[in-house]
Amino acid sequence: MTETISESSSQIEALSLVPKADAKQSMKDFKSDQEVRWCPGCGDYAVLAAVQGFMPELGLAKENIVFVSGIGCSSRFPYYMNTYGMHSIHGRAPAIATGLASSRRDLSVWVVTGDGDALSIGGNHLIHALRRNVNLKILLFNNRIYGLTKGQYSPTSEVGKITKSTPMGSLDAPFNPVSLALGAEASFVARTVDSDRKHLTSVLREAAAHPGTALVEIYQNCNIFNDGAFEVLKDKEKAEEAVIRLEHGQPIRFGAPAPDGLGSKGVVRDPATGDLKVIDVEEEGTGGVLVHDAHSPSPTTAFALSRLADPDTLHHTPIGVLRSVDRPVYDTLMSDQLDEAIEQKGKGDLATLLTGNDTWTVVG
Amino acid sequence: MTSQVSSPAEQTDAALVAEQRASGNGGEGKEVRRLDRVIIRFAGDSGDGMQLTGDRFTSETASFGNDLSTLPNFPAEIRAPAGTLPGVSSFQLHFADHDILTPGDAPNVLVAMNPAALKANLADVPRGAEIIVNTDEFTKRPMAKVGYATSPLEDGSLAAYNVHPVPLTTLTIEALKDFGLSRKEAERSKNMFALGLLSWMYHRPTEGTEKFLRAKFAKKPDIAEANVTAFRAGWNFGETTEDFAVSYEVAPATKAFPTGTYRNISGNLALSYGLIAASKQADLPLYLGSYPITPASDILHELSKHKNFGVRTFQAEDEIAGIGAALGAAFGGALAVTTTSGPGVALKSETIGLAVSLELPLLVVDIQRGGPSTGLPTKTEQADLLQAMFGRNGEAPVPIVAPKTPADCFDAALDAARIALTYRTPVFLLSDGYLANGSEPWRIPDIDELPDLRVQFASGPNHQLADGTEVFWPYKRDEQTLARPWAVPGTPGLEHRIGGIEKQDGTGNISYDPANHDFMVRTRQAKIDGIEVPDIEVDDPADEDGQGAGTLVLGWGSTYGPITAAVRRVRGAGERIAQVHLRHLNPLPRNLGEVLARYDKVIVPEMNLGQLATLLRAKYLVDARSHTQVSGMPFKAEQLAEVFKEAIND
Repeated sequence: MTETISESSSQIEALSLVPKADAKQSMKDFKSDQEVRWCPGCGDYAVLAAVQGFMPELGLAKENIVFVSGIGCSSRFPYYMNTYGMHSIHGRAPAIATGLASSRRDLSVWVVTGDGDALSIGGNHLIHALRRNVNLKILLFNNRIYGLTKGQYSPTSEVGKITKSTPMGSLDAPFNPVSLALGAEASFVARTVDSDRKHLTSVLREAAAHPGTALVEIYQNCNIFNDGAFEVLKDKEKAEEAVIRLEHGQPIRFGAPAPDGLGSKGVVRDPATGDLKVIDVEEEGTGGVLVHDAHSPSPTTAFALSRLADPDTLHHTPIGVLRSVDRPVYDTLMSDQLDEAIEQKGKGDLATLLTGNDTWTVVG
Repeated sequence: MTSQVSSPAEQTDAALVAEQRASGNGGEGKEVRRLDRVIIRFAGDSGDGMQLTGDRFTSETASFGNDLSTLPNFPAEIRAPAGTLPGVSSFQLHFADHDILTPGDAPNVLVAMNPAALKANLADVPRGAEIIVNTDEFTKRPMAKVGYATSPLEDGSLAAYNVHPVPLTTLTIEALKDFGLSRKEAERSKNMFALGLLSWMYHRPTEGTEKFLRAKFAKKPDIAEANVTAFRAGWNFGETTEDFAVSYEVAPATKAFPTGTYRNISGNLALSYGLIAASKQADLPLYLGSYPITPASDILHELSKHKNFGVRTFQAEDEIAGIGAALGAAFGGALAVTTTSGPGVALKSETIGLAVSLELPLLVVDIQRGGPSTGLPTKTEQADLLQAMFGRNGEAPVPIVAPKTPADCFDAALDAARIALTYRTPVFLLSDGYLANGSEPWRIPDIDELPDLRVQFASGPNHQLADGTEVFWPYKRDEQTLARPWAVPGTPGLEHRIGGIEKQDGTGNISYDPANHDFMVRTRQAKIDGIEVPDIEVDDPADEDGQGAGTLVLGWGSTYGPITAAVRRVRGAGERIAQVHLRHLNPLPRNLGEVLARYDKVIVPEMNLGQLATLLRAKYLVDARSHTQVSGMPFKAEQLAEVFKEAIND
């Protein structure tokens, strides 16, 4: 495993090959002239605004930014960004973006996908992009439902979901996208919520700076087919007990404030099983509370954190950056091999190649 | 294969056998007889190294300057059970002092390394041919495995052949006794002993093979020397033993070849080089997105060796990701390629449709194999034509280019790249297993002869709005080619979004307008229909009265060799027949309809159930006669000649 590096040096490596904008940019520089056609009240609007609002902060030449999407409501995203963009086919955005990012290291490539797009039809491409660690930023809009096809259950829907295609309830257990990404060797995994602009932006900032594939799961409300799916994480009172906000280097505390100002609940390791559990710090003290280490070389604790969330009630859902480690980046390695080949063999000469070693000559 | 050059009318392969056996020995020492061509088949177990043996004999033959054509034939299993019929692997080589077109119908020399190899190949061997058998393997168990109750070497069943019983294994072990190798290790060099013997029989140069063995086993010098020793022992055995009284000379085919420097090349290698050359000529980096599949994987292997040409090879997680990555690279301005075979094309279809809609250049290389489904992975077929033509949802026309010989894969790759880059479209390059693995001499082109494929990326606005604003429209077309501009990310001011949803003409914005969709569908079709392809030239030598033929044979792709050889035989027999061969299957050459109308009869031989014939009937209302074969093997020239004669006299 490679050692972790500080964020500032990551930023240099992740974006150093992407040209900078000549002038200061504003949010409207990133708005295209196309009318946004999501349903009124859709969570996608908030994410779009957050991304458009955050882009100027990167200060990248916008012609060097590309958004690639698959199929689904969220995949209309590229049309609304005044950058280069491709709205591709169902599930394949990570594959297409891999080709683009690995051939053009001067681009900042973003993938916009949904729970059906990324985890059902495109599951294979997602896990392999994560494994390869291509320089891609993947925004996974998870609304736990199929919206564009009008309301079938998705691979993140809770078991027993009553939908048009499952009138007696869905039968299959859902994916936890964060657990899945960690299992797929992801070097950066984060989760955020559409309505929390500040948190969303901070996560995007870290993702953008990450060299390699960054997966950001965004809980996004579909107000037509799955309204209120994340209400427990948004409602001020309920969220206090339901959401575990992770911050690197900080003790993992949440819930109503304890006398020390931090949450009254904490996450500790269960000595009996090695697993994580939630305790009441006022009863059991703060001594065993874990300090979040997003840069830990081992994904074990991040995985255990991802498992705290109850798939039905979403209680104990961690948000924030679960994992951010430095690992060799595919496109850098690919490019290095090209340089190495030239170093070893010299720049390719076509005539020499075509001639080969065994020839004979015919004289007229 | 040098089709431009005139050649004597070919005789049948059976007639060759008689020639090789013709007596005429006189004088002391061993007789040397001159032949104009020879067909040898090496056959053995999958583990016997027959492909390597064939490759080496081919290299020796190429460097000697004969024209040649090869047919490797091997099972899909890497190591099928030893000594069984399904495990037999063979390599056929046809070489001559004149230009030839096929690997030959029937071998006049069969080298059978075991009973299975004899049994599996005997039916192809004409009576009177020479058969060299490894007698060491003709013991009870290996014979029983393939159903020989008695030894064919002793029961008279091979009486019609000229059999040379040689204890290849014993002789090899004996030759290597000083090397301190185990019996098993020593045995493995028996293919080199056989190669040495055949090299003696046909006066092949040997330096190349010795050099090759020393390089191949550079890290195991004793194994290298053992193989060289076995190879020399085989040669010496031929020279010494009385069983081989005659050796043969096949003079270099100097007259068959135009002036130039030549090398031997297989179809997949020529195709790989064509892609690298196209990248160089277009001044665009080559990007290959691919997933391993027989018989296309060798292109991935080859291109991955040439990173110093700026070639990026991406082994994807599946076929879909292979083409997806290629399409992404095309968006970024690369010369993008995906390589596969029929089952992979099926998986890539949706992405090909996207490429049609995005109008980006992309090469889809399909090395066809026997189908449907997994079919016959190591055998050849031409049954993906209609898949390439129509295998997508919606109206999604894709140009199709098909090489005709192994060496022609180089030119076909350049041509496919030209079409893709000029017209901003995916292009199918339809090769097949026979071309991929077969080889022939290739005149190495001068770099200056290669076409200029450079393209112009869009660099600024291309449209003025009513209010005078200068804008960039990603779907504003070139009036001549109907191609849209290729604006790559990184170009300031040209930021645009493209996708698979129907686009408004010009702006490229999403449009569900019925009239616009109708217009766009027709425009995409018109673009492909308007691709410039050369008119076909008919080979129809007029007779003394200036009379042309009444029968036309039309083929495409790898059937060129056998069809042309058959046409020569038919003409040699005094019949008139015209021939055309298609490289461009979509669009078809503009003069094709007129050419077809000139002939009373049109015969279309294909290694499928008549796919091109179906297209021709639909497009030209011509009564094309389909002649088909789907055995996984190329046509035999003699059989085609019979078919043509029948049609002419019908």
